[in-house]
Amino acid sequence: MIVEFGAFALLLAFGLSILQTGLATAGRMRFSPVLAGGAQGAAIAAAAAVALAFAALIFAFVTSDFSVANVANNSHTDKPMLYKVAGAWGSHEGSLVLWCLVMTGFGAVLARARSGAGSDGAGGGLPFGLKTSAVAVQGALSSLFIAFAVFTSNPFARLDPAPFQGASLNPLLQDPALAVHPPLLYAGYVGFSVTFSLAVAALIEGRVDTAWGRWVRPWALASWVLLTIGITLGSFWAYYELGWGGWWFWDPVENASFMPWLAGAALLHSAVVTERRGALAGWTVFLALLAFTFSMLGAFLVRSGVLTSVHAFAVDPERGLMLLGILGLTAGAAFALFAWRAPKLTGGGLFAPISREGALVLNNLFLTAGAATVLLGTLYPLIMEAATGSTISVGPPYFALTFTPLMLVAFLILPAGPLLAWKRGDLKGAMQRLAVAGGLAIACGLAGWLAFEPKKAMAAAGLAVGAWLILGSLAEVAERTRLFRVDLAETMRRARALPLGAWGMTLAHAGLGVFLLGAVAETAFKVEAGAPLALGDSVQAGAYSVRLDSVHIIEGPNYLAEQGRMTVERAGSRPRTITAERRFFPAGGQTTTEIGLDFRGLDDVYVVMGERRATPDKAQAWTVRVHWNPWARLIFLGPLIMSLGGVLSLMDRRLRVGPAVRRKAVVAS
Amino acid sequence: MKRMLLIAAASVWLAASALAQEPGSAPDQPLADAGQEARAQALFNDVRCVVCQHESIADSPAGIAGDMRRLVREEIASGSSDDQVRADLVRRWGDYILFKPPVEPGTWLLWFGPLLALVGVGGILAWRGWKKRADAAAEAPLSPEETRRLEELLASGAVRPDPDASSSHD
Repeated sequence: MIVEFGAFALLLAFGLSILQTGLATAGRMRFSPVLAGGAQGAAIAAAAAVALAFAALIFAFVTSDFSVANVANNSHTDKPMLYKVAGAWGSHEGSLVLWCLVMTGFGAVLARARSGAGSDGAGGGLPFGLKTSAVAVQGALSSLFIAFAVFTSNPFARLDPAPFQGASLNPLLQDPALAVHPPLLYAGYVGFSVTFSLAVAALIEGRVDTAWGRWVRPWALASWVLLTIGITLGSFWAYYELGWGGWWFWDPVENASFMPWLAGAALLHSAVVTERRGALAGWTVFLALLAFTFSMLGAFLVRSGVLTSVHAFAVDPERGLMLLGILGLTAGAAFALFAWRAPKLTGGGLFAPISREGALVLNNLFLTAGAATVLLGTLYPLIMEAATGSTISVGPPYFALTFTPLMLVAFLILPAGPLLAWKRGDLKGAMQRLAVAGGLAIACGLAGWLAFEPKKAMAAAGLAVGAWLILGSLAEVAERTRLFRVDLAETMRRARALPLGAWGMTLAHAGLGVFLLGAVAETAFKVEAGAPLALGDSVQAGAYSVRLDSVHIIEGPNYLAEQGRMTVERAGSRPRTITAERRFFPAGGQTTTEIGLDFRGLDDVYVVMGERRATPDKAQAWTVRVHWNPWARLIFLGPLIMSLGGVLSLMDRRLRVGPAVRRKAVVAS
Repeated sequence: MKRMLLIAAASVWLAASALAQEPGSAPDQPLADAGQEARAQALFNDVRCVVCQHESIADSPAGIAGDMRRLVREEIASGSSDDQVRADLVRRWGDYILFKPPVEPGTWLLWFGPLLALVGVGGILAWRGWKKRADAAAEAPLSPEETRRLEELLASGAVRPDPDASSSHD
């Protein structure tokens, strides 16, 4: 009954989204606040309806209602509760409902945003026309995706007869990081639908000004932060759950999430220029359209079955064609509108090539070229196979030769940007202020060259660039607080007076440097060793030795495991005991590995328990692989620092546009 | 009942893993020469496992990946250069086997596309910026009447000067 109710709620949401588009379009054309208000009500009701549908789906999973095909295919009575709930978004159908929930939810927030008064003044709400058009576009997007869910991927389809037991969720996905990874990732992907709607609305209205920039930036920033955390969690999951010791494989599906991230990063920088100077209007609109287009492209690539990837949902090509249709329709219409209207978007402040604006344009140049590289590398094998029939593989070596150099050049330029003035900057002055940071960064590179074995000049240069990013960002704060040039109390006073947005930028750029340090050290200096070990034997990786002490069979909630207890030893430090498992899930007949991780400062000692086998002299032994991953901690810490920077920026008072809704609520209560 | 099923499943699984010693999954034997082994390890990262989804033979646990690793090690031990090993792999399995596609007319766009994107997007942005500045410069200068009114407006304090114009910071 509840399941039928959920199916009905989803259908209702489809109708409400169409109503939202219709009412908003009519309201915009007749300048009718009543019709526009109706559209806003429809948007909120649509979000509520999808939320009910999603709740019904979770209910079916929690109660293990195997008469629902989706539950039978993805759940099992033995599964722990967390993964029963997470199973609701573990499949194509369920994750699509989550996608629609985020989309309509953001649509409702957009609909509730303050509008009217002071279309271009500070603190003014969204102009009526812009807001109503954006609500109409958001409604159109929602109705397309809900229609896709209802008519091709019904998550509530019944099975008759119902099986007694479910097929269970892929055990690789039964992991806390992966339970929260999709909601965050989707919130990021779909958050760009709002910037898309605002961009299309701006094109319809024919007006892009600083107020528009101020409206777009929080959405771009929030989506980018969520996407950053989502991708980081996914990468961390791949790192410790797949048991290969790697964290980024340039796998097509990883690339699919990386493209909107790059476009979003470019967008939030370009939106700064539009917000502050009114310049780059057309370019910012273009990036706002591009970010969500990449999100939809990602959805198509993951769900159509055109790609082979560890992450891909195995889905039939017919649904892929439908998604391609939605992608072509929305992106095609939006970019056609862009080509028609963008030339009319003029105005905005002028700037010299050497200026803050100029630096942000360079940032955009490198980020979009990077996104284009990832796009080429991801799609080229598909295009090549379709065009000539020959198959090629594009993997890490390609991106190391194309994407990495692009980013390294961008990183070298980055610290100078924040030190340049708007309109016309003083490059020589900026370089002088960065001289100390530059000198220290080179010293760090040299120190890295001496500290790590074997000696690798490229890796040392990479470490120097990472240090340059961190020190260069700090140099900007030091400059603004007059550190060491005035007394400490004055510096503290200045530091407190800095806007949160400035701290956010510093943290985000320094976080990038932290990530780079980890990525370079891990990639260049990791050591891997593997050997069949009998009880009491050891294997050596780098400075660490791992001894297999005992092996037990343990019983989990829905699996059996061979658990090895091992001691990690290093000369001069305390030995530590860790466990690594090889799990067998009877429900699906699959085997997974649960690695043992010994956190040693910034390093990981990463141990994988392998198969049981015999040693040459016929004794019982287990294959144990040990990875020593120097500075691996920084790879995941860096992006988290970047997201924290984004959150600080979001909290900046200057970004809080139209806070009246909350203020009004306080007054009313 | 559930427990019995689990135990049954466990015994089947353990028996299977004890039997899982077909020659294909024999443990890797590193080459004795450390330099040669390092070359082999570097090559493993560039070679795609033929049965997996986007995994290199360095990462893949599949039996065939073990065979391919052994093949690469044998060729290196017998004195082949890295390029010879790659050529041999391509001869057996085609371009698909290498994660680094060859540079040939069909892949020029792939290899030079990023540079093209950089120059293209850079060109568009530079041209638009230049045009805007040129347009602004071409506009007629203020007439004496306009200059007088501008000075009046600025002097009256009705218009704030651009706060961003002088400060190097926000």
